[in-house]
Amino acid sequence: MGESHATDARLSKPLLEVEDLRVSFPSRNGPVEAVRGVSFTLGRERLGIVGESGSGKSQTGRAIMGLTPPHARITARRLAFAGTDLMQLSARERRSFRGERIAMILQDPKYSLNPVMTIGQQITETLRAHSNVTRAVARDRALDMLEAVQIRDPARIFGLYPHEVSGGMGQRAMIAMMLIADPELLIADEPTSALDVTVQLQVLAILDRLVSERGMGLIFISHDLRLVSSFCDRVLVMYRGRIVEEVAANRLNDATHPYTRGLINCLPKIGEDRHPLPVLDRRPEWAE
Amino acid sequence: MTDMAQPQHWRAWLLSDRPASRRQARLGRAYAGWQRFTTNKLAMVGLAIVLGLVLVAAFANVIAPYSPVEGGDLRTERLLPPSAAHLFGTDDQARDIFSRVVYGSRITLFVVVLVAIIAAPIGLVVGTVAGYAGGYLDAILMRITDIFLAFPKLILALAFVAALGPGIENAVIAIAITSWPPYARIARAETLTIRSSEYISAVKLMGASPWRIVLRHIMPLCVSSLIIRVTLDMAGIILTAAGLGFLGLGAQPPLPEWGAMIASGRRFVLDQWWVAAAPGAAIFIVSLGFNLLGDGLRDTLDPKASDQ
Amino acid sequence: MAVVETHRPGDIKPGRPRARSRSLAAASGIGRFLVIVVLTYLGLLAVTFFIGRVIPVDPVLAIVGDRAPTHVVERTREELGLNKPLIEQFAIYVRNVLTGDLGTSVLTSNRVIDDIRRVFPATLELATLGTLIGAVFGIPLGVLAAVKRDSLVDQIVRVIGLVGYSVPIFWLGLMALLVFYARLGWTDGPGRFDIIYEYTITPVTGILLLDTAMAGEWDAFRNVAGHLILPSALLGYFSLAYISRMTRSFMLNELGQEYIVAARAKGISESRVIWRHALRNAAVPLVTVIVLSYAGLLEGSVLTESVFAWPGLGLYITNSLQNADMNAVLGGTIVVGSVFIGLNLLSDLLYRFLDPRTKRR
Repeated sequence: MGESHATDARLSKPLLEVEDLRVSFPSRNGPVEAVRGVSFTLGRERLGIVGESGSGKSQTGRAIMGLTPPHARITARRLAFAGTDLMQLSARERRSFRGERIAMILQDPKYSLNPVMTIGQQITETLRAHSNVTRAVARDRALDMLEAVQIRDPARIFGLYPHEVSGGMGQRAMIAMMLIADPELLIADEPTSALDVTVQLQVLAILDRLVSERGMGLIFISHDLRLVSSFCDRVLVMYRGRIVEEVAANRLNDATHPYTRGLINCLPKIGEDRHPLPVLDRRPEWAE
Repeated sequence: MTDMAQPQHWRAWLLSDRPASRRQARLGRAYAGWQRFTTNKLAMVGLAIVLGLVLVAAFANVIAPYSPVEGGDLRTERLLPPSAAHLFGTDDQARDIFSRVVYGSRITLFVVVLVAIIAAPIGLVVGTVAGYAGGYLDAILMRITDIFLAFPKLILALAFVAALGPGIENAVIAIAITSWPPYARIARAETLTIRSSEYISAVKLMGASPWRIVLRHIMPLCVSSLIIRVTLDMAGIILTAAGLGFLGLGAQPPLPEWGAMIASGRRFVLDQWWVAAAPGAAIFIVSLGFNLLGDGLRDTLDPKASDQ
Repeated sequence: MAVVETHRPGDIKPGRPRARSRSLAAASGIGRFLVIVVLTYLGLLAVTFFIGRVIPVDPVLAIVGDRAPTHVVERTREELGLNKPLIEQFAIYVRNVLTGDLGTSVLTSNRVIDDIRRVFPATLELATLGTLIGAVFGIPLGVLAAVKRDSLVDQIVRVIGLVGYSVPIFWLGLMALLVFYARLGWTDGPGRFDIIYEYTITPVTGILLLDTAMAGEWDAFRNVAGHLILPSALLGYFSLAYISRMTRSFMLNELGQEYIVAARAKGISESRVIWRHALRNAAVPLVTVIVLSYAGLLEGSVLTESVFAWPGLGLYITNSLQNADMNAVLGGTIVVGSVFIGLNLLSDLLYRFLDPRTKRR
């Protein structure tokens, strides 16, 4: 299908370029900036974004998706996907990117799957939004996709409602729903935080395999520094809407920024005396 | 200079984030709520209407230029259109409609207040007792509440009045009997959350009797959500009372009850529209006032529900 | 107005976990729900029994009227079994009601059940049309108001709602008659049809729009429609006020959910997000609202029918009230109450049908 050619073309330029991205929400006391000048570029690699809640990591992801609430204001010097300036696109063009070229996995399948539609309906809907396939073809593709996320009995799960499956199963369905249209970039926003620890590992393994096999770019958003560093190539550390540090995942210990060091020091280690418990230092000047 | 500084001082005292006493904290919270409330223009309009109703009712004898029950000359002053002498015109008994509407505010206020002080306490007691006692008592009380909730309220009120005999007091009783169940539901829900809280266990350890706990520690906490609900229901109560009056089951003539006034005006509505128009407009404005006020109160006191 | 008082928008507090207590028994089984229905029905009968037999000092006089001759009074007393203990009287009462015996109307000398059977279709026609108008216009308005928050549509929905919750329906009806019938002549006046059609129209179903259409009497059909338009528009307005406001509130709740973000992330069209995803979820509680609004219109018929001289159940009850015909009043009360309970049951069944989470697998 001209895959190699396309890949070559894509490799020549970065998948995603973000420059000075800002997201602000109006409030009674003037606009509040959730994201304040974030810049990075992304190739076909795995980028982690870490930060506490409210650090702007999720809003960064949603801004790239074009899913920021309508009352918010987004500005960026450049926000381009595969060379296309996303800021210049109409809402309709922007929508055609979503799902087909950039997809997003949300945190908790309990809330992010529509409770009154069957899993099958929700998966085929993605496909049918972007390509003119028949119902039968869509169904076959969805079953294949369910198999790809290691669901043993795809035909049964296909007809179930979200409340009838477990959290881990729901999140696999979510992955299937988002990957079925073969996106080039996947934004995973805390994809395993709502799951049990054992299930987390399974879901991560599935995600890991699919991202490698399909050669997708990945933005992995999490509050869990260790998880991100084990899963990604590169890690951005965000604090109060800004990137305070960028480190290679395997060189985490070389991180210099005091906030990152603080995060690292908060991770418990076996055989270490944890008394007194370290407290994360937060200084407003880091956000300047 | 001191004039400027003084209000600054008590505002700071009220809004302090480190209140020194419980009273200061409570007043501070009330003040912050009031501030939020005053930014809601519609709620302020509602408050103004309700205060207006109270004032008109209180000073009806000063405001009304004529007697509400004694008519003028039946040969020359019947069914006069609105004029300077009779702002809203006169009715078929040659009575001044404006004066009747003004005096009617007393009846409306009477109904609303009486229904509230009958129905709200019934609901409060049923709800808190059911919520605190739990078990069979809870099941029985709530089943009764649900049964009443599933009834057609207006028709039931009609049937009650039909049996008790028409009249404003019986109308009040009938409305009260049919309007307590939602209050019981609310009070029970509040009680269930309060019951399991730590401080109730503390009070229990200190040997307080269940009645004391319910009366002194649970009921007061249910009051604020009950007030919101009662205010929101006021418009409905006014409309039901007016409906009973319209059907001839509420206040009896010659009392200037607004619903009954509309009923007596309907015979002339095609030619002398003002006889029915004025009291209806009065009902509308007062109900609107209560609705606006209730919505505002809910937004202020119960921010969770304010999105609606 | 009855629509207004039973349910305020604040009643249903959306949010996760979803407020499911709305429907009587969404969480419990259908069997338990049926028990509740039976209990509620017995409760209704207990209340009407109380009103009819206990409150009046002498129920016999309340039934036959105080001008009845002595032998009638005595005969009625025995017929009613008033010499028996109260609980036994109640048992007989329940049995009578369940077999359709609601007593005899003093006013019409007919069996109350026959009277009601005759007048009920008129009420049904009006309330059904009103709810239809309310749902057809109210749902899209509410959806638009939620999607475009604080826009003009949103303000309009707010004003419609406020007026609907505040205006006395009988007064608005009178004013509408004054303006649209008397002054503008756009609609026909009170009643169901003009007197000249008295013998053209033969009630089959009692729903005159259907009857005239089936008989091919198009003149009569037009006349009936002309008479219907004002009262049904009025009821429709009240229904619309309630439905649009609740739709808005449910939609706002759904549009704030994560699955909406996920649906948008899939790249499906915004209209599909709104109508297929959000509204489909909002429809679950909305069904209850529509059914309740229908019940409210049936009940509110006492007031509207009085204004429009509409010969339905409401007018029947009002006329009986004014003539102290307690059998007819209580019979009407029982019928309206039964319809209420039936509608409650219906809304619960629809709820189960619409929400897959209530089904057991």
